[in-house]
Amino acid sequence: MNKRMPHALFALVTAGLLVTACTPATKENKIADPGTAVSGTVELWHFFTEREADAIDSVVKDFQAGHPNIKVTVKSGQDDSKVTQAIGAGNGPDIGLSYSTDIVGKFCASGAWVDLTQYINRDKVDLNQLNATTRSYTEYDGKRCAMPFLADAYGMFYNKDLFAKAGIDGPPKTLDELAEDAKKLTVRNPDGSLKTVGFLPLYDFYENSASHLAPTVGAKWLTDDGKSAVGTDPAWKTLITWQKSLVDWYGYDKLTKFRAGLGDEFSADNAFQKGQVAINIDAEFRLAFLKDQATNLKYGVAPIPTADPARYGGGYVTGNIVGISKNAKNPEAAWELIKYLTTDDAAVIKLSGLLKNIPTTTKAIADPTLNSDADFKTFIDIFTNPNSSTSPPSSSGPAYQDTFAKFLTDFQAGKVKDIDAGLAQADKQINSVMTLGG
Amino acid sequence: MTAKPLGVRVRQNATTLSFLAPALIGIAVFFLYPLVSAVYFSFTKFDLLSVPKWVGLDNYKRMADDPFLLQSVRNTLWMVVVFVPVRIVAAIGLSMLLTQLKRGAGFFRTIFYLPALVPPVAATIAFVYLLKPGTGPVNHFLEKIGIDGPLWFNSPAWAKPSLVLLGLWAIGDLMIIFLAGVLGVPESLYEAAELDGANAWHRFWSITVPTIRPVILFAAVTGVIYTLQYFDQAAVAGSIASGQATVGGGIASNFGYPEGSTFTYPLWLYTVGFGYHALGYANALAMALFVVALGITVILLRRAKAFSGEES
Repeated sequence: MNKRMPHALFALVTAGLLVTACTPATKENKIADPGTAVSGTVELWHFFTEREADAIDSVVKDFQAGHPNIKVTVKSGQDDSKVTQAIGAGNGPDIGLSYSTDIVGKFCASGAWVDLTQYINRDKVDLNQLNATTRSYTEYDGKRCAMPFLADAYGMFYNKDLFAKAGIDGPPKTLDELAEDAKKLTVRNPDGSLKTVGFLPLYDFYENSASHLAPTVGAKWLTDDGKSAVGTDPAWKTLITWQKSLVDWYGYDKLTKFRAGLGDEFSADNAFQKGQVAINIDAEFRLAFLKDQATNLKYGVAPIPTADPARYGGGYVTGNIVGISKNAKNPEAAWELIKYLTTDDAAVIKLSGLLKNIPTTTKAIADPTLNSDADFKTFIDIFTNPNSSTSPPSSSGPAYQDTFAKFLTDFQAGKVKDIDAGLAQADKQINSVMTLGG
Repeated sequence: MTAKPLGVRVRQNATTLSFLAPALIGIAVFFLYPLVSAVYFSFTKFDLLSVPKWVGLDNYKRMADDPFLLQSVRNTLWMVVVFVPVRIVAAIGLSMLLTQLKRGAGFFRTIFYLPALVPPVAATIAFVYLLKPGTGPVNHFLEKIGIDGPLWFNSPAWAKPSLVLLGLWAIGDLMIIFLAGVLGVPESLYEAAELDGANAWHRFWSITVPTIRPVILFAAVTGVIYTLQYFDQAAVAGSIASGQATVGGGIASNFGYPEGSTFTYPLWLYTVGFGYHALGYANALAMALFVVALGITVILLRRAKAFSGEES
């Protein structure tokens, strides 16, 4: 036997033991009795920067004024990857504030964020004051590990000047009307290339993802037993057939060429802001960009058109989420701050006003100041509409949406000849990728 | 010869070990431990947040039926097959040209080397904007001379060639190595060949290439490894060209744009690990990449030895 083998084996075994020893372990979380005074330092990590980070600081300052025994340390510009790695390394922040509901499934299932039910029950927090859709995307498998921190509602923006020029009175309300108006609004160059596009239907353009368009047909992502529903829910077929027909009317190549010359979504060169696209799917946050970057643009806002007129009024809803790390050093103070940020009406109204996002509590939603802006009110109405929906949390995050997005981009490019076989294959692939999360 | 006393030998070994200790600790902590961790985690279901669960070969079996993996492997292989040889040929060509210059060689060396100093992310952003159809100056210029420019990073057919173009622009690091190799070829060999009537091509093929073969081998091996790990430029180019560079949420949604043509293997590995929190599968993908890189390197080294007549 090679004399070096025992040494190598010893090194491997030692390293193996180290690997096992350095992996995270679960920890029991006990909460304080009702009425116990809360004090100490609490660390909040959030993803906001610049103006938006200032807004968070301002509300945190209000919190500290009312809770002099709690000192809050705020770290801005922290994305989900950093939070995940910090929690995994046993050094997570007391509170993490994320922009993505996609992490809820993983963070709840793994226990990376603690179950808040015990705090909610102890402090008798009424969850019914929170919008139903936001309640659904902040829990997973019956475990509430997050609270909603403002929300986004998606609707339709349309260019009033281009509508008037094309002789269209008001925003389309059905998908058929949308296609009809899009064609009327489209202007071609003498060589047949596109000069102005009524509605740019490509799935990978700006906010046109499948999840944002699903409410137009009421499509479901998952079945009750958590399997993919894209192949069995006929609503998806309705949506993608409608979309493909519009893509084919433009010509896929012409659309991709036109799209290639457009500016970045979050720049002043946004195609809707520049009048290159007449109708766009977007959320309430676009209002702030328009006010800042396109002051001369005459636009209107409305709910997204639907296949069935009875579903009109709703849209896609998502939002920021906030939770307590399993290795939080001061979970009681963390909960106190989360409770303030997500259920104190005055704090929620202030945050909504500063960040220009939709408030999530019943009283804040009805706040007259926030509703005084007619455009913003349209998005509040979309947010509260019973036909609004979100994409369900999954323990493998956005994997199911990404997998379907691949099918959709292939389909719109004409690479999928048999739609039923393609959807069945997408179902299979989604079910496979979803097992990654456990 | 008499054996040294035990005490002396122990002292000598201890001294040797103490000198080696910093390097050994570094290797153990930064190489051995991560490597063993990666192997171990590749057999587990692990999300970085909870205790890993042993799943045997499940992660490796999953690879057989992974549509994103297939797409990313196709793109990465394309890059290896096209990008590596093109980069080597271009670097040799450029270094040969520089050796021919009678005046200003230093100036041109500096000019050609400078792009290699630009951070890849910044260079990619600049390239995407320069080549942007409609607003970019390159297509504007092509239009002036009557050419309808391609869609570059916005076309599935042109996106990878555009990345190759970007790589060629930043070829300075490789060019410098080849330049050193070319300048090291003894002048007397060229003079003798010239006397024998060899033309420029014969001199290049029969003298320059065999002499700089070790440099070519080095460039091929490091080029293949670099291309198998191709991440930054593909990620940035896809995101910027899609018009969603500043979108915070979603990792994979704009990776690979357009139509998955820039979706390389490391992008899929990253998405699986940090987008889907499936660190077990991500480690299996990393192990597969390691084995492939090692395999290609061994093959290249053996073929090079066989080619030069040395024993393999």
